Amino acid sequence: METHIIEIQHVSKSYSGKKVLDDINFYVRTGEFVTLLGPSGCGKTTMLRQIAGFVNPDEGCILLEGKDISSIPPYERPLNTVFQRYALFPHLDVYDNIAFGLKLKKLPEEEIDRKVRKVLKLVSMSDYEDRDVESLSGGQQQRVAIARALVNRPKVLLLDEPLAALDLKMRKDMQIELKEMHEKLGITFIYVTHDQEEALTLSDTIIVMNEGRIQQIGTPADIYNEPVNSFVADFIGESNILNGTMVCDRRVEFIGHEFNCVDEGFGDNVPVDVVIRPEDIYIMNRTEGAQFTGVVRSCTFKGVHYEMFVNTESGFELQIQDYNAFEVGSTVGMLIKPADIQVMRKERTCNTFDAVVTDASHVEFLGASFECDATGFEPGSRVKAEVDFDKIELMDHREEGAIGGEVHFILYKGDHYHLTVLTEGRGHVYVDTQDIWDKGDLVGINISPSHIKISGTDGQEA
Amino acid sequence: MGKRHNWSFPYFIFMILFVVLPLLLVAVYAFQDSNGRFTFANIIRFFSDSDSLSTFALSIEVAIENTVLCILLGYPAAWILANKKYNRSSVTIILFILPMWINALMRTLATAELFNMLGFQLGKGTLIYGMVYDYLPFMIYPIYTILQKMDKSYAEAAQDLGANPVQVFWKVTFPLSMPGVTSGILMVFMPTVSTFAISEFLTNNKIKLFGTIIQENINSSMWNYGAALAFVMLLIIGATTLLRGNDGEEAGSSLI
Repeated sequence: METHIIEIQHVSKSYSGKKVLDDINFYVRTGEFVTLLGPSGCGKTTMLRQIAGFVNPDEGCILLEGKDISSIPPYERPLNTVFQRYALFPHLDVYDNIAFGLKLKKLPEEEIDRKVRKVLKLVSMSDYEDRDVESLSGGQQQRVAIARALVNRPKVLLLDEPLAALDLKMRKDMQIELKEMHEKLGITFIYVTHDQEEALTLSDTIIVMNEGRIQQIGTPADIYNEPVNSFVADFIGESNILNGTMVCDRRVEFIGHEFNCVDEGFGDNVPVDVVIRPEDIYIMNRTEGAQFTGVVRSCTFKGVHYEMFVNTESGFELQIQDYNAFEVGSTVGMLIKPADIQVMRKERTCNTFDAVVTDASHVEFLGASFECDATGFEPGSRVKAEVDFDKIELMDHREEGAIGGEVHFILYKGDHYHLTVLTEGRGHVYVDTQDIWDKGDLVGINISPSHIKISGTDGQEA
Repeated sequence: MGKRHNWSFPYFIFMILFVVLPLLLVAVYAFQDSNGRFTFANIIRFFSDSDSLSTFALSIEVAIENTVLCILLGYPAAWILANKKYNRSSVTIILFILPMWINALMRTLATAELFNMLGFQLGKGTLIYGMVYDYLPFMIYPIYTILQKMDKSYAEAAQDLGANPVQVFWKVTFPLSMPGVTSGILMVFMPTVSTFAISEFLTNNKIKLFGTIIQENINSSMWNYGAALAFVMLLIIGATTLLRGNDGEEAGSSLI
């Protein structure tokens, strides 16, 4: 029977009113290599620090072998951490850094000596025991940090972006070594990274996080092949993410064409997101037999394959990878197999805000007052305000908008950008636009009165 | 490059005139008799005069006591100041550093008046009190700076490896803060040896320290012997600065 060494139940954490973790639930099987993956600020490090004991959850509990450890201080938890910037003690040499935990346990000298030598051998640092840690290279410091944690035989090893500071070549080597160590030692690893490739390479299970919530839990293949939403699809690997409509079971429409697919149970004529990996689009020089055609706009050699951007005749831009190069400007035909079309339910089809009517021509939401037609609603009544994605205007300067916001997440949908804008009051506004914005841009947000649709919250109509 | 080199010229002149030359003069006077002839007599006189030697011993003793007290009081203060859990504003730090902005002589005079008013017997007790009062900020600040700048992940790593808060302090925080302590020791110990105002005001000249006898000799025109005493003291300062090595540089420079 498989056992769960770690179980996270309903863990939430806020810092000064901002929720960094929101009802997190997952478990880790004994001996598993689990990766918490997400962009910076998604809460993955906070989650790891809670398991280590440096941060206490506001709500929920953390079980280690079935026992709640939330109230146990970090020094009594049988877990060890490899810190992001290693945190090797600069006043101790390599040997004493590694022996630190063993000496605290008051083990006999010979045993400490034996264990330190053994772990130094494991990380291939046998000749370095007398070295000053500051004289070591980044990769060597990393090995010492791993040895210092492993020598205590922790039940779970926590790794906080341990390879982030290494250069690419060294990172690849260390990935292989970490994987080997994990297999050899049988210790459970919980690994935090923002590098999706690293997560795919190393993990048995990946937990994708964004904005304090778990987006998807699955094996690397699951996460890559069947992302549950556009965030995961965009974050893991390259992808074409497109708006589509599920015509009926096994039939989906996007980029102006209908395709056979393998998905069922969405209902008829339901708006969906469609994900196609660039390597899953077949491209050829002839147009007969193709599902749709387009013109090659750019072609770049990427080592193993060529990366092409193709404009379809219906006006969408697709990213395609192929072993063959296709001439820029040439007309090509394309095919997509039903099994390579990943259909995802849309999380939302328009912006929905909780609003309060202030008078017949104004409602208040997102902390600002907007003009709109609210006739028939009592002032003070709570209503739902809906605004289509493409009806939100973004201004270059915060002062030009009714409220200010920051571009937080950008998704290219083949013929437009889908932006997530975080408002000053930490509300989310989703915007479809042709304009190019960058992540972190400060914008003003305007909504014209005719595009705000008001309806009662509990079905009561005007 | 060449042009930029010239900018240091005024400072160079300044150093020659006000640092190197006076030091050379001290050395020259120390090895001359009152007629300007070369002699070791002044140095020999110091080492054979039991009064001078015992004053010197007392100065060192007072300096050690002062330094130890400053560490005992200053370290916890610096630790609390550097700890965000206990100290959230920089106002507290300014309160600790504030006395440094007021002339030490004025503070000492005021302290002496306070003791007189309260009817305390002026003596070694009041002397030590005055010393600690004057020099404590010089101990707190370098330690505070180093503790505040210390990467928190060291303490976390220690905890992670099984160290309880007491062990974290003694095995990691304290050893890593040693440069600050060394800096503090230098900034307290050496000035204490050469101080004379505090002993004069806070003991009514009952207790004479090394600085006092240098000052008395110079004041009574015994320049050569005074210079010899100053020379001996300079050597000791030089020796302790060497002891400090490179550790203290960071903390020391951050104070300046």
